[in-house]
Formats: sequence, C-alpha cells, structure tokens
Amino acid sequence: MVSGSADPASAPATPRGIPHRGGPMNPSADRIRDRFGSSFVRAEVTWGETTVFVRPESVYDIVRYLHDDASEQYDYLSDVTAVEYRDLELPLQVVWHLRSLPYRRFLRLKAEIPKGAPLRVPSVMPIYSGADWLERECFDMFGIQFDGHPDLRRILMWEQYAEGYPLRKDFPLRGRFSRSEQLRQALAAQPESRYSMTELTIADAFEDLPLEMRQRLAGGEKTGE
Amino acid sequence: MGLTARPDHQLVTVSPQSTEGWVATRLDFLVNWGRANSLWPMPFGTACCAIEFMATAASKYDLARFGMERMSFSPRQADVLICAGRVPFKLAPVLRRIWQQMLQPKWCISMGACASSGGMFDNYAVVQGIDTIIPVDVYVPGCPPRPEGLIYGIMMLQEKVKRERMSDERLRDEMEPDPTSKLYIPPSMIDELSEPFGNSVHQTRSGL
Repeated sequence: MVSGSADPASAPATPRGIPHRGGPMNPSADRIRDRFGSSFVRAEVTWGETTVFVRPESVYDIVRYLHDDASEQYDYLSDVTAVEYRDLELPLQVVWHLRSLPYRRFLRLKAEIPKGAPLRVPSVMPIYSGADWLERECFDMFGIQFDGHPDLRRILMWEQYAEGYPLRKDFPLRGRFSRSEQLRQALAAQPESRYSMTELTIADAFEDLPLEMRQRLAGGEKTGE
Repeated sequence: MGLTARPDHQLVTVSPQSTEGWVATRLDFLVNWGRANSLWPMPFGTACCAIEFMATAASKYDLARFGMERMSFSPRQADVLICAGRVPFKLAPVLRRIWQQMLQPKWCISMGACASSGGMFDNYAVVQGIDTIIPVDVYVPGCPPRPEGLIYGIMMLQEKVKRERMSDERLRDEMEPDPTSKLYIPPSMIDELSEPFGNSVHQTRSGL
C-alpha cells in the first residue's frame, strides 16, 4: 500500500508482515519536505502507513498541492478528525486522512496544536466538498475552528448545546449539568429548528413548514437559536 | 334488635351509586377484548432492539398473531409506542412530540435496557430511561430482548388493557408537562432515577 503505481496492470495485493515501526515511506512525504520545508515537522511510518506532521497554518497549501499535483493526485479525503493526548506540550492533533486512488497511496497528515494556542486550522472544504460534515463534527466534538468553512456549526449535538465539547479530555463522561437540567434543555429544543435554510430547501420540506417559520428562515436566520 | 329484616341472599341487590353495572362490565369486556387484540404498534426503533423487533414481526415469531401486523408509521393511527433502542437527548423532544401526537387510548412499551434505563450508555448524550420523557406501561428487559421477551411484554400489556374499566375516571388522563421546565416528573426525581449504578460510578475520567 505504501508505494503505489499508476500502472493498472500491477494488481493490488494484501500486504503481509508489516512492521510496527519503520518500513518503506510514502514518497509524498519526501516531496512535502522538499517543497514545504519550513512547514514540515517530521514523518513516520506506523504499521506501513505514513504520517506526516506539519504546521497547522500550512495545511491548506499542502493539501492543495497533494490534491492538484499530477504526481500526487490525492483525490479522496477519507476523514478529518482530531485526537487529544495526555501530552502536556502538544495535547491536540488534527488529523486528515488522504487517499490517492490513481497511485493507490494513503497519507495521514497531522497538525499538532500546542497548549494554549488557539484551536484554529484552515478548512480544506474549498478542495474537498466532502470535508463539510467532517469538519463540522470535529468542531462539534473538539471545538476546533476551521477557518474558511462556510457553515461551521454543531452537527451531532443540537445548536443550543451549552456543555462544551464532549470529546475533550476535560469533559466529564456524564456531562457537566445534572440529568434533569440536561433533559430540560433537550426538551426545550425545537426539533425542526436545527436545519439550515439550504438543508430545508434541498429536502423539499420547506414548503410544508408553517408560514411563520418560512418567513423566519427566508429572512436569513440560519437556525432557531 | 329483630326489627331489621334478615338479608335475603336470594335477592340481587343493586346499588345506584355503583356505576359498574352488569351491562357496563360486559361492555368493558367486549371493548377491552377488541382493543387488546388489535393493538397497532408505532415502532420507534433507534438501535439494535429494532432489529429484534423486526424479527418479532417477521414470519417466525409473527406479531400478527397478536393483531399487531399493522405497523402504524403515523403516530395518529397508532395504539402502542414501542420504543426500541437508546434515545439520545437530541431525540427527546421528537419522542415527546410523537407521544403527544398519538390519540387515546395509547400505551407505551419500553423495549430493552437502553430505553428503560439508559443501559450501558451512562454518558452525556443518552436519556437515562424514556420514562423521564413519556409515561411507560411495560418495560421489557434485555440487551436486546429476544422476540419471546418482547412478546411476553406485549402479552403483559394485553392483560393490562383487558383490566381497564370505563368507570375509572382517571383512565385516560394525559400527563401534562410542567409549563416552564417541560418535565413530567420533578427534577429531583429525574436525578435520582439517573443516578449512576454499578460500575459506571468509577468511569469518570481523571485529570491529566
């Protein structure tokens, strides 16, 4: 899986005997080092998969290069997520999983955010439209701001959710509020009000809405906050 | 002292205060028999319990034997809300509204551990028992319950339906939620019902 080929004659085979650390590195890692030297932090191979650590602010340029360049062609974004470690200096990592279908390559990009720094990374949604909900989920669960995302709001929890970001390490498992308060806030939410204007128009549900709500949404109100 | 007549056991005594005459009880029997054997379920399946519910409705266990073959996907034509699976807080107002849209007479079966108590999901996102949102008639334990378990719960509900009496004035009383908090039961009771139990007490995360 590490070194792919554009030649369709070479059939893919299940790799066997992969070492935990080390092994052949994805050639894209070296090209990122050559091209974006100052943004490149380090690269490592784990279970045959290459991880490239880069600086948060340069993620957009690197992903743009990986997507557009003829020798890379990472045309599929599998995942955007984040991980929080019990690390005192660099607790939070934002992760992008990229796949190049023509070259049969997989690359994991990671941006480490130091403690105390603002949780901001560039959005890759101008490159991959599919990053829309992935980045919204990441924002919902970790509170990471994706600069350039046109509609960054909660996706799993409801809009008025006020307890914080559930997947952060400092978030208690049972939430911050008491159960009755959680239930009271959940029941106070309007089930329809969490859809944006675009979603309602696409779903053809817009015409069926009450007149008052249609006027409210047509007036530019995004959600029922 | 001999002035009152001895009670004659041959006579049928009729007390005008009692509203449950012979006709009324027999009518109760007829109506309840009809209702109990044609309960239309509204399946509210959110998780793996819904798979067992589908197995119950399929040919081997055949829910049609209980007059339940007609799944009512509109709450307005349903008699029984079968909540199968965990209910996250985001779904709580939806479940509440579906229950309020159902017409009387209506009943509710809470199927499985998650719907009844939150089950293993003692976390920030899951309602700790749907009885904090809507009234529940029958709880079916299991994770998920086998079809036999659900059928046993349904038969228990049928027993409950058959024992209803029209003379019970509070039979069809709707529980009105508190206008400000929108809760049926007091907040302290909800907190008590959702107390952590078993091992879940020790699952809170430590700091760094």
